[in-house]
Amino acid sequence: MENISFKLDGRTCTAEKGTNLIEAAKQNGIFIPTLCHFKHLNPLGSCRVCTVNLNGRPVAGCTISLQEGMDIEVNTTELLDTRKAILEMMFVEGNHFCPSCEKSGDCQMQNLGYETGIRFTRYPHLFVDRLVDARPERIVVNQNRCIKCKRCIEEVKTNDGFSVFSFTQRGNSTKVSVDYEQEAKLSEIEAERAMQICPTGSILVKGKTFSKPFGNRQFDLGPEGKQFSLDKIKKHKTTNKKKRIATTSLAGCFGCHMSMLDIDLGLLDLLEVVEFNKSPITDIKNFTEHCDIGLIEGGCCNTHNIEVLREFRKHCDILVSVGECAIWGGLPAIRNTVPLEECLREAYLESMTSEEGATIIPNHEDIPKILNKVYSNHEVVKIDYHIPGCPPNANHIWNVVKHILFEEEYSIAYPEFKYD
Amino acid sequence: MKRTRLLSRLWEFQNKYGYIPNNAISEIAQKLRVSKIEIEGVISFYHFFHRKPTGKYIIYLNNSIISEFNGFADIKAAFEKETGCTFNSYDNNPLFSLFETSCIGLSDQEPAALINFYPFTHLTPEKVKSIIEKLRNYEAIESIANNPTCKIQYTPTEEKTIFFRNYTIGNSLKKIKPNNQNKLLANIEKAKLEGRGGAFFSTAAKWNACKASKNTKKYIICNADEGEPGTFKDKALLNNYPGLVIEGMIIAAFITGSKNGFIYLRAEYKYLLKKLENTINEFTEKGFLGKNILGIDAFNFKIKIELGAGAYVCGAETALIESLEGFRGEPRIRKYFPTENGYLGHSTVVNNVETFAMASRIIELGPNFINTIGTKQSKGTKIISIAGDVAKPGIYEIEWGTSIQQLLHLSQATAPHYIQISGPSGECINNSEFHRKICEEDLICGGSIMVFNKFRSIIQILENFTKFFKIESCGACTPCRAGNQILHEKILKIKRGICTSKDLEEIKQWGKIMQYSSRCGLGQYAANTLMMAVDKFNDYFNLKVETCTDNCNVEFDMQNAVYDYDLIINTQANNLQ
Repeated sequence: MENISFKLDGRTCTAEKGTNLIEAAKQNGIFIPTLCHFKHLNPLGSCRVCTVNLNGRPVAGCTISLQEGMDIEVNTTELLDTRKAILEMMFVEGNHFCPSCEKSGDCQMQNLGYETGIRFTRYPHLFVDRLVDARPERIVVNQNRCIKCKRCIEEVKTNDGFSVFSFTQRGNSTKVSVDYEQEAKLSEIEAERAMQICPTGSILVKGKTFSKPFGNRQFDLGPEGKQFSLDKIKKHKTTNKKKRIATTSLAGCFGCHMSMLDIDLGLLDLLEVVEFNKSPITDIKNFTEHCDIGLIEGGCCNTHNIEVLREFRKHCDILVSVGECAIWGGLPAIRNTVPLEECLREAYLESMTSEEGATIIPNHEDIPKILNKVYSNHEVVKIDYHIPGCPPNANHIWNVVKHILFEEEYSIAYPEFKYD
Repeated sequence: MKRTRLLSRLWEFQNKYGYIPNNAISEIAQKLRVSKIEIEGVISFYHFFHRKPTGKYIIYLNNSIISEFNGFADIKAAFEKETGCTFNSYDNNPLFSLFETSCIGLSDQEPAALINFYPFTHLTPEKVKSIIEKLRNYEAIESIANNPTCKIQYTPTEEKTIFFRNYTIGNSLKKIKPNNQNKLLANIEKAKLEGRGGAFFSTAAKWNACKASKNTKKYIICNADEGEPGTFKDKALLNNYPGLVIEGMIIAAFITGSKNGFIYLRAEYKYLLKKLENTINEFTEKGFLGKNILGIDAFNFKIKIELGAGAYVCGAETALIESLEGFRGEPRIRKYFPTENGYLGHSTVVNNVETFAMASRIIELGPNFINTIGTKQSKGTKIISIAGDVAKPGIYEIEWGTSIQQLLHLSQATAPHYIQISGPSGECINNSEFHRKICEEDLICGGSIMVFNKFRSIIQILENFTKFFKIESCGACTPCRAGNQILHEKILKIKRGICTSKDLEEIKQWGKIMQYSSRCGLGQYAANTLMMAVDKFNDYFNLKVETCTDNCNVEFDMQNAVYDYDLIINTQANNLQ
């Protein structure tokens, strides 16, 4: 085969003529993120994450077969942001509840989220109600997590050559549907292969989802610098005035607070440089002084949450959303795809323990009103920083807080990124 | 059965049963040796195929912006009241089924609907009542349908008119002489003919590529899937001069050496089918189609008409080819031109209706004549369809270089304020740009101009456009499928009045990402109008949104957020009493 030379971010590289750009870039040490590209498949160009500039024009990288003299840009500021933006679109379009997903840690989309550094999405989440189809013989198809990359459509065929999956509908209702008849022909191994080629947790094989435990999964990287260094805190002790912190949990589970406490004895050292104002940790109910930083766990599901959040905005210089619920609604937002009336009816009127006619939907002027959906904090007030995770690791939280308080530069390292 | 027959086979079932039943899918899947879900996928892609039983009369009411401004809501209510059915649902009424549909190419006669694909125009609630009554009384639908002819409001002076001048069948074909392909192609090139569907790609270059192709089979496809809302110029050509279009195709076939042609006609224009078939028959009888055309040895060419099934995106040439091949109309990745790898992998020329018509006029009248008309870059005339707040909506044949101001004058526009050029995926202009000229050097136009006066809500226009793209996206790539949904939500937010200038900035940033990364033209152009409108009508938007600096408050709509809860509690309280 003929070798050709091409330019990759200004560097001259060589590859076999006609090689797919994604593969050739890998051979030359440049990683181009992609979700729909899959080894020998014909280029699909459906996810668009691999968008690059070819001779100055944007093209999906996976559709390029290399020719002599091509000039390709991969990592310009604009392209990096475009890639991030497209991934964010995927996160808001589907309902990606990483903390409750079987594929978490093995999910390629999640990994690219870490890779591109998505802490929060620039777009509001759409929360469209989608189908979870458990009717097939061996697999479950969860439309909430599908990114319509088409890998399964192209790749999963029965022995006699029939497709198992196909797109149905169009526009914003496009979805991947299963042919039950053909699916039943798949062997256990073929079904597992379908699960593997799905870049998210959309295709799962019944009974096989937890065969690899959390912690041992492909993208389960441990946090860097396990121990919280005391010296680093004491360095700041020279500051005359202690910095003040406030914390609260809105529609959250207090898990993020538990995580904060996880720094154990480090907390005592920390108290030498900071003091807590309004916080469940001190049990101070109302702000007594203006604070430097406010940590918010959980999103807003009722009017009380909104009030507290607005109060925090008023009394804190910097507000930080801690954890998935605070950032985009998280687990409580699972209800966002269901109309409020149905939720309340199910919880209070038609639940296992309710007696017909004996229970009502609670309401009183003293109890807060439930909002039509769970809102992320940055939809309600301005939020300055976001710490992803469910919960974020203790060191991670304090690393961020410390650096903000003492105005040091800090960027979250890839291994510290977690959505689960 | 061949896969390419799929759409017409589905139409047979749809027409026979009113929907496509399960056993039809099984039958087709078995014949094609594909899984049923694949057939299901094709059916659900096209708006006019149904999977549940429909009534005897299927009513498609156009929901384009022109219709909205002309009483869409009232007509919709009237249809629901008179038939007792609900729009966009299958309610088992044996007589009627109601659906909304994207623009049906009758923008000059809105509100309009198609009933079993017969056009009904200038609807009023009274007219709706009488139509439904007549249908209930078994009156023949043909006899109560309206004539879809659109008025040709303007043509240049007689010597400058190109399209709408006298037409005699076969006039341009006289110029075809054995082995003069190169000369004909040179004439096309000399007259600078460019694709009139809106892409303005050089026709001569396209035909030349097909001519040069070593591929054994070549196809000529006429793109009559005129789906861009507000456009109806191709319909006017097909209705008035179908022969002109067919002659253009014959010339293209002669030049490229193609034996087979298709006219991909959108189902919304099904009422033109008969006319087109008759014209093709007439051509065949005269020896202009078929074998040894014009007595030239081995010059064989036949034309087949294929009906679309309601998908805007099939107007994109590669999506159209996919559709003709019997697949979902998803545009292909931009790896090959259709002239290299088109219909069934063969070299294919896809051109717009107007391009073929123009080509046959160029051959007939000669490039030297054509070149005396128009501007330096754009030669000849252009057919424009004008709709909206004008006294004379309809078809205008204009010389390239005519200004918007002139057009507004000709069409007797009233208080024009917002003008949409080339449909939702084109661009919008404000009153400071009325001097601009329609030509390649200045303002390019695919064929539609929609005029809105200053009393029309710009937000409503934009909402209609984004909703259109949200539904009509093929759904294959992320930026277009998700992006249009996200932008639609943004418009709804502006409408609710809780936006700041930051939201407007975001529209521009997010639109840019869609332009940059979408797979085909639909996604790349979908956000155009929105982004432009934010800048060009900033006076309007400044009244709607709060200007904010870096540290602005986030607007949160508490009232809206507790509305549902209050309603539930109030209902409960009422029930308990």
